[in-house]
Amino acid sequence: MSLVASIPGADQPAKELMGSPSRFGDRAFEWLTMAMAGAVALLVILVGWQLSRDSMLAIHQFGWNFLVSTTWDPVAEQFGAAPFIYGTLVSSLIALIIAVPLSIATAVYLTELAPLSIRQPIISLIEMLAAIPSVILGLWGIFVMIPFLRDYPFPFLKKYFGWSGLFTGPIYGVSMLAGGIIIAVMILPIITSVSREILRSVPNLQREAAYALGATRWEVTRIAVLSYARKGLFGAVILGLGRALGETMAVTMVIGNTPQIVLSLLKPGYTLASVIANEFTEATTELYLQALFEIALVLFGITILANLLAQLLLKTMGTTQTTRAVQ
Amino acid sequence: MIKASGGDRHRWRKFKSGLASTLSFSSALLVIAPLALVFFHLVISGATSVNWDFFTHLPAPVGEKGGGMANAIVGTLELLALASLVGVPIGVLGGVYLAEYGSARINWGLRFVADVLNGVPSITWGVVVYGLVVLRFKSFSAYAGGLALGLMMIPLIMRTTEEVLLLVPNGYREASLALGIARWKTIVHIVMKTASKGIVTGILLALARIAGETAPLLFTAFGNRFWNHDLAEPIAALPLQIFAYAISPYDDWHRQAWAGALILVVGIFFINVLVRFLTRERTATVL
Repeated sequence: MSLVASIPGADQPAKELMGSPSRFGDRAFEWLTMAMAGAVALLVILVGWQLSRDSMLAIHQFGWNFLVSTTWDPVAEQFGAAPFIYGTLVSSLIALIIAVPLSIATAVYLTELAPLSIRQPIISLIEMLAAIPSVILGLWGIFVMIPFLRDYPFPFLKKYFGWSGLFTGPIYGVSMLAGGIIIAVMILPIITSVSREILRSVPNLQREAAYALGATRWEVTRIAVLSYARKGLFGAVILGLGRALGETMAVTMVIGNTPQIVLSLLKPGYTLASVIANEFTEATTELYLQALFEIALVLFGITILANLLAQLLLKTMGTTQTTRAVQ
Repeated sequence: MIKASGGDRHRWRKFKSGLASTLSFSSALLVIAPLALVFFHLVISGATSVNWDFFTHLPAPVGEKGGGMANAIVGTLELLALASLVGVPIGVLGGVYLAEYGSARINWGLRFVADVLNGVPSITWGVVVYGLVVLRFKSFSAYAGGLALGLMMIPLIMRTTEEVLLLVPNGYREASLALGIARWKTIVHIVMKTASKGIVTGILLALARIAGETAPLLFTAFGNRFWNHDLAEPIAALPLQIFAYAISPYDDWHRQAWAGALILVVGIFFINVLVRFLTRERTATVL
């Protein structure tokens, strides 16, 4: 009774819904939805095809040298992507070094330790952080974070850790380190929420067994939970790396946009995504534009690889709704 | 090696456990700290800059003070509408296929591809649409911007639609089919209608996600300091305007960038609150 009443459409006469007995409608609808679902596969191919087609000229001109050459000189029409690849990898690495321990510890706190009443509020706050657009974080980066970094932490790092070579040179504020920090903020929410899903999928039996052996709370977490979830957590980290590599606006606003390969993290850098954002509409010659299309192709290739690896790790963990948890 | 006595050892283990708890609690605080900081500065710098002009005026010419972002606010709404035209039908119907048709293996593959597609950097969509649309028609346009955003919506909507359709009990489908109703009508009138709130939630989440996107619009919608009267022409968007003003050398423009950022964030949070409201009601009733 109640079931029938709650079915939407149950109040409509059955005849109206039945229509003609031919199966044409069924076929057509199935094909229509299949075409739409197939669109995602087509999109991946479309992106790869379009990016390679429009960078053919540059690919022929520079060959593999494009990936290792450090010259980026639009006037002389010499293009090499090495400084951008370097900048992308280093800024993402900095971001991971900052974000991974923080996010996994937060995920542990939220699944294992926090009082139940404050879990949901913290989760909501992290979702809000994820909802802040990149460009707004960049705005905050320019006017709040950079002046702060320039005045306090950077001089400190230079004075006490300058010997390492990582913190030398003049302090401008805009720098590789600033870029890495802003990327870290961008990827904190996704690593946290995916890790949380992973930890939640660890069976309670694991924990109970460890408690039964007299383990403390931390020992339970370390022995029974973290080691069990290792593979999935690695997937969460790689997923964060994929986001970090492609992060554009916020990084472009704080990294300084200078194509150079230098050890010091206090000096400006440049990333693949930033050079596209900055120079795409300024590309005056065909070869220049094609070189930028090739940069986009390189970026697409790297991020696809990172995401493939991440999804494989996460899917084989047995948890499904992972990427969607925080967008 | 001298072994610590039982009591010491026990105390040491308790201490380590307490230390780990404290550290993980501090991590949680550090993760939400940026949110608090960004929000604080948005309100401090943004609230003082938002005024009536901001919503009703075009940007003032360079060097003049005042002006607003009326065209950018409307532009963002237009772009979101265009993006929905692309993203909603493809995403929803694709989600229907994943939930209702297809073999397990094919669907696993499609889900996998959709999740990978989700991780493609947003700037890639700008570059691809530039190559496909802008180069061909030799003009930046609202259409191109809407397409770039719409393509980003597809995998998002597809996955959420699939999830909510799978929540509809099979008994509903069986009851309908047993009455002799065609399968596609069962799906459209019974399954999708039952899950309609969930589908709308997914669409809203996707809109909230793309509303603040800047990178895909840089070389598609391009931005415009005036009203857009033709969708085949460049169009202004709030995120683009914030970016342009943020990196400009003028103090008055910085002020307006903060105002724009505040409006954008309030809009996005509003959608998120709406979603929470919808999902709360959904869990309270049938689904």
